[in-house]
Parts: sequence; C-alpha cells; structure tokens
Amino acid sequence: MRESTLWFWHIIAGAVIFVFLGLHMFIMHLESILGFLGLGYGGDVTSAQSVFMRSQQGFYMVTYIVLLGAALYHGLYGFRNILFELSLSRTLEKIINWFFALGGLALFIYGTYVTVFIFFNPTAV
Amino acid sequence: MSETSAPEVQSSDLKVIKNVTFEILRYSPEKDEAPRAQKFQVPVIKGMTVLDGLLWIKENLDASLAYRSSCRMGVCGSCGMFINGLPRLACNNQIVHLNADTITIKPLPNYNIIRDLVPDLEGFFDKHESIQPYMIREQVEELNNPTGEFFQSPDELVDYIQFAYCIKCGLCLSACPTVATDDNFIGPQALAQAYRYNVDSRDEGAKEREEELYSSHGVWRCHFAGACSDVCPKGVDPAFAIQLLKQNMFMQKLHVHKQKPATHVIPWVAEHIPNEKIPKAPERTVK
Repeated sequence: MRESTLWFWHIIAGAVIFVFLGLHMFIMHLESILGFLGLGYGGDVTSAQSVFMRSQQGFYMVTYIVLLGAALYHGLYGFRNILFELSLSRTLEKIINWFFALGGLALFIYGTYVTVFIFFNPTAV
Repeated sequence: MSETSAPEVQSSDLKVIKNVTFEILRYSPEKDEAPRAQKFQVPVIKGMTVLDGLLWIKENLDASLAYRSSCRMGVCGSCGMFINGLPRLACNNQIVHLNADTITIKPLPNYNIIRDLVPDLEGFFDKHESIQPYMIREQVEELNNPTGEFFQSPDELVDYIQFAYCIKCGLCLSACPTVATDDNFIGPQALAQAYRYNVDSRDEGAKEREEELYSSHGVWRCHFAGACSDVCPKGVDPAFAIQLLKQNMFMQKLHVHKQKPATHVIPWVAEHIPNEKIPKAPERTVK
C-alpha cells in the first residue's frame, strides 16, 4: 500500500508538471499573445531583467516552489523505479530509497531557499 | 435418421508439401556447458503444426529431444516455445502459416531451462499462487458447508470472464520486457488473475491480495508495453487487467472507488423441472 501512495503522488506530480510546464511554455514562447491580451512584459522574456522581475512576484515564487517539488518527486521516483527493475537486493533497495528521499529533500530545501531569498531580498541580485 | 461418418482422409492431404529445417536449441545440463543449436529436416504435410514437426523428429530422428505437450489443441498450455522470434504454442501454429523455410525453436525466454525446450515454470506458478487465485469469502462457514449458491448475474460474469480464459501457458511472462529485467516482478499472468478474482462478484478477497499486488514489484512496475496481450493464445488481455488494477487503486486513493456489493446466497433449486423443448441426452455408451 505504501507503494500505491507513492505512485498516487507520482501521478499527481505528473499532472502538476503538465499544468505548470504548460504555463512556463506559454510565458516563454507565446509572449506575443500575452502582449496582445495586455499581460506581457513588453520586453524579452528571457532577459535577466525579465526573469528577475518575475521572481519578485508572489505568484511566480509559489509556482517555482510547487514546480520544483513536483519535478523533483516525479523525476526521482521514476529514476528509483528504473533502478528497482534491476533485481536489486532488499538492502540496496532501502539504500536507494533513503538516498533519493534525502537527496530530493535537500535539493527541494535548497531550491526553495533560493526562491524565497530572492523574493524577500530584491537588492541581493 | 442420417448417419454421419468421419471424413475420409484424402491421399493428397498426406502428400509432402515441402521440407522445412527445424533449428532447435538443445541443452542438456549434464552434458552441455551452454545451449547449442541443432538442425533437423522435416517433411511437412497439410495441416501439420510445429508440435507435429517436433513429434516427427522425436519418432524418426532423435528420441532424446525434450519438450512438453499434452492436449495438441491449445487448451492445456504445455507446449509454449519461442518459435521464430515469438512466444507461441507449438500446437497452435501450423508450419505453412509461419511462411518460412527454417523454423527456429528455443525454450521460452525469461525462464531457466530444464532441458532442451522445457522451461522451469516453478517461479511462474509461485507468482500465480502468491496472489491467492481462488475465491475468498468472509463467510467461511458458507464456503465449507454451502447452503446454496452465490448469486452472479450475466453482467457480473462479463466483468471477468475474458481473464478466466487464462491457461497458464506462461507465454505472457516470456514476452514481458519488465520480467526480463526484474525477476521479482509478479508478472502479467498473476496480475490478470488477481484482477479476475477481485472483480468477481462472489469474491471478497481484494483486501487480502492488496499487499502482494501493490508491492514495489507489483502492478506499478508494468510499463504497459502490451507484449503480454499480443502473445496470449487465448485472447486474454493481461495488460488491460493491469491498467484496470492501477485505475482501481488510484480511485481508491481519491476515495471515489465504487464499493462492490456483497453477493448473496440463493438456495439450491429444490426440484429440477427440465425444459420439455430440450431433447433428452442419449444413453451413455461407456458404462
């Protein structure tokens, strides 16, 4: 049942990635449409200034953190599953579980820290 | 009353159509270090199956050739082999239909070889047994001392009937790419049978099967390659059953899973009144 719960969140994370990655693609590649709708930035969306401007907005900060969590979980769980198909011993499976869980958590904390730090310290960059 | 007799065998039916080379992988653990290929020339007649070819070789060329077979009609599932690159039943495939001058026969992949074309199916049956492929009821007393029959409607039968056609030939496991890398994966056969019993309206054992079914080597390891369904000689669709098992668990997690109503017991039919329109069965010829 534990595996079912992990898989359930894997699917949910996939759905979250689909939505947020769609949003990312829309912002990055369809800026002319956004501009037409009055939602554009009026400049190059890939420029450092534009990226910095977005990271100052609460909506984007939350979006980045949710996308980071979903992508990390989805990717690491998928990679762990691929490794599990190599007929590993139970001990090695446990080591892999802990490695991915702790590694994923560390990356998430670090990524969240950077996002939140930039949001609250606009002069730091 | 008309009398029907067996159709006469025409001499043209027994005429040799062509000679085909059987390239068979031989392996005798006490003699060989590794499997080796051996070629045999087989005269093919109309309607001859690959199994007939193997029988002909055993009778006429090499009596030491080992393979499993029993019913000769795709029912028992004994003669599963890797024929011309696909897991197939030897009795279910006519040589001319393979449309080849050389027929390569190997034991089923993903199994250890006992001898020649005989795979070791012990692990396969262990996996099958692990999902408790039998009726589980909370009313154990009713199972042991039945007072009637568990009711099942024709619609409820349709829910699982296609999965009940499994003959346990093991072809699906030999075609499965996940089984090829993960020995611990339960495999399509056992998973399809778990689904077959879980959706059976008379069964109440879904909870008991959950631990094995949804373990780290259970349904979630299936990549949905669909090879199992492609090679099944009985038209069972194990890949579909696995997706339905996944769907059921996902819905259960979302708390929108439809709970199966318990089947009630209907009493025995006290007095059987035969339908007059159905003619009586003839007398038994064997006493």
